[in-house]
Amino acid sequence: MSPTDPDDPLAPTVEPSGAPLLQVHGLEKSFGANRVLKGVDFEVRRGEVVCLIGPSGSGKTTVLRTLNGLEIPDGGVIRFADAAAIDFSKAPSKAQRLALRDRSAMVFQHHNLFPHLTVIENVIEGPVHAHGVPKAVAVERAERLLERVGLGEKRDAFPFELSGGQQQRVGIVRALALQPDLLLFDEPTSALDPELVGEVLVVLKELADEGWTMVIVTHELAFAREVADEVLFFDDGVILERGAPKALLTNPSHERTRRFLDRILRPFDG
Amino acid sequence: MNETWALVVDSFWPLLWAGLSATIPLALASFAIGLVLALGLALMRISANPVLSGIARSYISVIRGTPLLVQLFVIFYGLPSIGIVVDPWPAAILAFSLNVGGYAAEIIRAAILSVPKGQWEAAHTVGLSHTKSLTRIILPQAARVSVPPLSNTFISLVKDTSLASLILVTELFRQAQVIAAFTYEFMIIYLEAALIYWLFCLVLSAGQGALEKRLDRYVAH
Repeated sequence: MSPTDPDDPLAPTVEPSGAPLLQVHGLEKSFGANRVLKGVDFEVRRGEVVCLIGPSGSGKTTVLRTLNGLEIPDGGVIRFADAAAIDFSKAPSKAQRLALRDRSAMVFQHHNLFPHLTVIENVIEGPVHAHGVPKAVAVERAERLLERVGLGEKRDAFPFELSGGQQQRVGIVRALALQPDLLLFDEPTSALDPELVGEVLVVLKELADEGWTMVIVTHELAFAREVADEVLFFDDGVILERGAPKALLTNPSHERTRRFLDRILRPFDG
Repeated sequence: MNETWALVVDSFWPLLWAGLSATIPLALASFAIGLVLALGLALMRISANPVLSGIARSYISVIRGTPLLVQLFVIFYGLPSIGIVVDPWPAAILAFSLNVGGYAAEIIRAAILSVPKGQWEAAHTVGLSHTKSLTRIILPQAARVSVPPLSNTFISLVKDTSLASLILVTELFRQAQVIAAFTYEFMIIYLEAALIYWLFCLVLSAGQGALEKRLDRYVAH
């Protein structure tokens, strides 16, 4: 299964235009007096994996949340391929917000699974109750997706009966079931016990290999290096530096980037 | 002693019947209506609209700040003086519903707010509308939290229905008064009435336990 496989009902549609899937320009956001985003520009092409790194409070999570409509930017433009650009210099209409939200799906740091629903119910909730997919169809898709991440047998378990890594994999499946153009991951492994991080990263790697378009906020630099097509380094509300992962992570051109990488890679040195 | 025992036995059925045919239906109807009212008030109270939340806040303040007996008397004895005559049963149900609404609103509000914000976000993220997020994701989780305090409210209500005896509703306590006045056995009859209230509440507590267990099935212990 991959997003580019035309026979696969789970795959998002692909248009051959070659235009970027997502264009973000001049994104701004303040919380009260706190300017969190001070003009952020980037593009994501189909099939690309873009990793957002940087210190906490630098705005990377806020960018992700604006893409999914969880935060409304104060200014800037977000444009998905084949859709009208949304200019946030004026308040977006409800229709614009809904259109934006439906292009992407979010995987949260703390998975935010619905605790009162079983695994399968979590996965089909959106397709059935928001998007009108017939239940039998949604269940069949959900079962296939759960199988794929090795959780077929957990379909009737409640989230609390799963390990952290399993919960996060269900969170990923819940996002995949929405058949979005773009997958958004907000520090998907940060809340996990170290020994559970690997099983989630393996799934992310597989999704990347299959051609899913992903934007990932992460502190897993080794993962970013292996999987990302581009790494964006956020600092104080702007993208301070961007580039191919190897170049940026081994030989950053900005002092601040260097210091950040040093802190993460060698926390106990000087 | 035999006579006393005979009185207890003879009066038990009329008292129990008054409880089953009046006290319990009165409490159930008032609680059901009160809950609907409470949900509306809780949502108004949480809403960002200052007028709506102000109305809810004032209502809750008045209901909680005045005695239930006074509320009952205003409706039954007060309204006729402005031309609105309400029969005993509807008056009792109205008063108890309005009262429960005020108390339960705060319980439901707190329960809704106790559901983590991430649940709203996840619900929106999978595409649910605000209303569906509320009804399918938030309220089921809030229900679990609110069962113990709402059970308290319901048990209080069952006992408070005895106040309806003062507006001529023949419920359990009114029946006890009638029998006591007839037999002059005040101690025995009122203790018997108390026993039946207690039995009702034991059953309700057991029901609460079962409901809590059911709603707890998705929570780690």
